[in-house]
Amino acid sequence: MEILLAIGTRKGLWLARSRDRRHWDVSGPQFPIADVKAIGIDMRRETPRLSAAVLNSHFGPTVVTSDDLGETWSEPDDAPVSFPEDTGAALEGVWQFAYGPESDVVYVGVEPTALFKSVDGGRTYEFVRGLWDHPHREHWMPGGGGKALHTVLPDPRDPARVNVAMSTGGVYRTEDGGASWTASNSGIFAEFMPEGQQYPEYGQCVHKVAVDAANPDRQYLQNHSGVYRSADGGRNWESIAEGLPADFGFPMVAHPSRSEVIYSFPLESSMMRFPPQGRCRVYRSENAGNSWTGLSKGLPDVGFWSAVMRDAMCTDSADPAGVYFGSRSGEVWASADEGDTWAQVAGHLPDVLCVRAAVI
Amino acid sequence: MLRGLAGGVSHVEVAAGTLGAALDALGERYPALERRLRDERGALRRYVNFYVDGEECRRLAGPATPLQPHTEVVIIPSVAGG
Repeated sequence: MEILLAIGTRKGLWLARSRDRRHWDVSGPQFPIADVKAIGIDMRRETPRLSAAVLNSHFGPTVVTSDDLGETWSEPDDAPVSFPEDTGAALEGVWQFAYGPESDVVYVGVEPTALFKSVDGGRTYEFVRGLWDHPHREHWMPGGGGKALHTVLPDPRDPARVNVAMSTGGVYRTEDGGASWTASNSGIFAEFMPEGQQYPEYGQCVHKVAVDAANPDRQYLQNHSGVYRSADGGRNWESIAEGLPADFGFPMVAHPSRSEVIYSFPLESSMMRFPPQGRCRVYRSENAGNSWTGLSKGLPDVGFWSAVMRDAMCTDSADPAGVYFGSRSGEVWASADEGDTWAQVAGHLPDVLCVRAAVI
Repeated sequence: MLRGLAGGVSHVEVAAGTLGAALDALGERYPALERRLRDERGALRRYVNFYVDGEECRRLAGPATPLQPHTEVVIIPSVAGG
């Protein structure tokens, strides 16, 4: 077994490979000084196809793909993701790749907040107009990182059903292939709203949503403040923050095969975006958030004044599952035993924006 | 970086009456190059400078800056990033 770990940073892409998930060969940078905010690994193909969102501060955004595990990259001549002229919008960046149940269907979530769909395996994308035309759109506001659609969750059972999440705006779901969308934030707190308006229909600053390994209706959500789960595909949410040292954070990751196993990286609060007490801790729940365990063996115990961004944590699909995260201080950590113990993959990289791992 | 998107050449000749039209013509030949210089609305990318016979186009008429026969347009990344 060999693992490929792709690491997107503020200044380029690094690739790491390992046969034991403890010793890594790290190569890079590719796309130097470009912001690599999203990586996708399409495992439906005989050779996995890598996609990367590359944003050069001079020359703008693009999406590139590789069919040789990152040795070479290509892109179409014409922009692979481009807003239609009548929208008056221009692409500022791609934040997410997601794979639907139909072969060759790939979604991207982008900034400004919008969704695009590819039916050619992620080479070119079509605008999903139904979401753009939503009457709520004019009220979606930028979060601290921009105004973007950062999470796309195609239902593995039904290609017509997709959930998305945006900052701000919250969760929206479609059951008709993207033609119409419904705000889906019942029970999610908006601390930045005045008292009496803190459970709005939409407008929440959802940071990340993950889908349970076995039950797609079971979803887990890291909010700007609050951690939640849904048992009904996102229609209603209930808190699972009790047992965590803090309810603020960015990533939320589901185990690839074990139902009810999830991972988070709590930060003190919106105004203290550091791990509590400066201790680097991943938190794991094995019962859908009813209780949590701090995982720290091998991680820095003091002085870790860093953070983990919303897409900078992931798993691989091995058994036992590997868990990975990268920090804003440029360190990448891996666990080969579902989070019980950790070892460093790389250090002194630029801010890590995303990690994605696959068994190749 | 840009030369790789123009077949390796560093100079391209086009027939155009304005800077915008010159970029349109460039896009016909090298679309992956042109989209590094302008977004899909046709707006010049903020951190790319276009010197028209030595004067940055934003001090002239931007994309509407007229070009004469033999006008030289030099495209240079400006200071950006961190």
